Amino acid sequence: MIEIKNIHKRFGKNEVLQGVDLTIGENRILAVLGPNGSGKTTLIKSILGMVIPNKGDIFLEGKSIKKDWKYRSTIDYLPQIANFPHNLTVQELIRMIKDLRRSRKANEAPLIELFKLQPFLNKKLGNLSGGTKQKVNILLTFMFDSPIVILDEPTSGLDPISLIRLKELIASEKEKGKTIIITSHIMSFVEEVADELVFLLEGKIYFEGTIAALKEKTQQPDFEHAIASILAKSYD
Amino acid sequence: MRSRWSYVYFVFYLLLGFVLLFLNNNVSKAVITLMNVIIILVPLIGTIFGVMYYYNSKEFTGLLLAQPVKRSSIFLGQYLGVALSLSMSLIIGLGIPFLFYGIFRSDAIWDFSLLLITGTFLTLIFTALSFNIALNNENRIKGFGYAILLWLFMAVIYDGFFLMSLMIFEDYPLDTFSLTATMFNPIDLSRVLILLKLDISALMGYTGALFQKFFGTTFGVILSLSVLILWVLIPAWLIKMKSSRKDF
Repeated sequence: MIEIKNIHKRFGKNEVLQGVDLTIGENRILAVLGPNGSGKTTLIKSILGMVIPNKGDIFLEGKSIKKDWKYRSTIDYLPQIANFPHNLTVQELIRMIKDLRRSRKANEAPLIELFKLQPFLNKKLGNLSGGTKQKVNILLTFMFDSPIVILDEPTSGLDPISLIRLKELIASEKEKGKTIIITSHIMSFVEEVADELVFLLEGKIYFEGTIAALKEKTQQPDFEHAIASILAKSYD
Repeated sequence: MRSRWSYVYFVFYLLLGFVLLFLNNNVSKAVITLMNVIIILVPLIGTIFGVMYYYNSKEFTGLLLAQPVKRSSIFLGQYLGVALSLSMSLIIGLGIPFLFYGIFRSDAIWDFSLLLITGTFLTLIFTALSFNIALNNENRIKGFGYAILLWLFMAVIYDGFFLMSLMIFEDYPLDTFSLTATMFNPIDLSRVLILLKLDISALMGYTGALFQKFFGTTFGVILSLSVLILWVLIPAWLIKMKSSRKDF
């Protein structure tokens, strides 16, 4: 369980998060939505300890993450932009990340098979296409079996088949009882995979609940329009 | 990336060592020439490699930050990785030619070791300073600019100010001032340390005599070495502090 309590984060004059309270329970898929710059990535990075909040605290299983780093071994994180060292091969990168998390067993073989990555294993990361890099990114995220999975824009650059594979992968991970947090701008993807959603607007939680509840609140027949109606309000 | 350049750096010192020994045909003289090179070049290389390495490995750092690794071990590890591999290049690169020439049979062995020690200190100091600059500047161009400025200031401009103030205030007793001013610049401090060890301080006139009186004593040597250590520890500590508070 992740408890986020009254998180504030400011970058210069820009107040990105203005008091976010959120409790994320186990065994569910939560989608974090919001327009560009609404603080989705900042929220996720706060959970990971990459961004240090100005105010507030985050608890994982009841323990504060402040000044702690060992808790990160319970989180698998897929960063938004896959910036890998250019001069390493895929195989070397996998081995290195495995070394870093030496306490855990990694299982990359089925994922290499799933995303057909064998031909790229000995290629340098700098020479890979955007989509292939994203597949490597997904592989690195899912090869550890951690109870919390955080995916920041997992669909970017993926071809349709890989997208289907990714959805299957997410579903099977949920079956194992994991907590999964996703951000995405692809509404159909969110609608398909997410159990619950949180809508961030100007650094605050605007809506929290299920997709059905959101449709009811906005009185729109489908999900995409429901989101659009919130966004339209924020653009006024 | 890092390893390739440290090989180049190593080969450079290897060649420099051989050439100087060949030309001077005298260990002591070669040490003096080397000092002039080391005092200026080592800080420059430390500064440039430090910023270059930091900016180049930014992606990798991002990857590491999401892993269960302590922040201070990521950044201090990177710092030590750069600084120590540069120091190794320096020590081994210069060590080999002097070993061949028979440094152990020469009485310049202590001068030579002091040269290597201060060279290592300068590497550690300037790599740490450049890491601090890089950590505080997201913009690479700015980071590089500040790093070069820092080197220029310490290696050239500082001495200019130092000499100028000595000229302007020549009517006043300047002993404490010049000693303190030397302590605040690691390059000057290293230079003075080596020069005095080489026993050519008589060339430096009155100040030389004063410095000899101070740095020539055990107390002076211990104090200046401690100041050099502080010059390493404070920037290294700043790296730790800054990196633990930074957002990525």
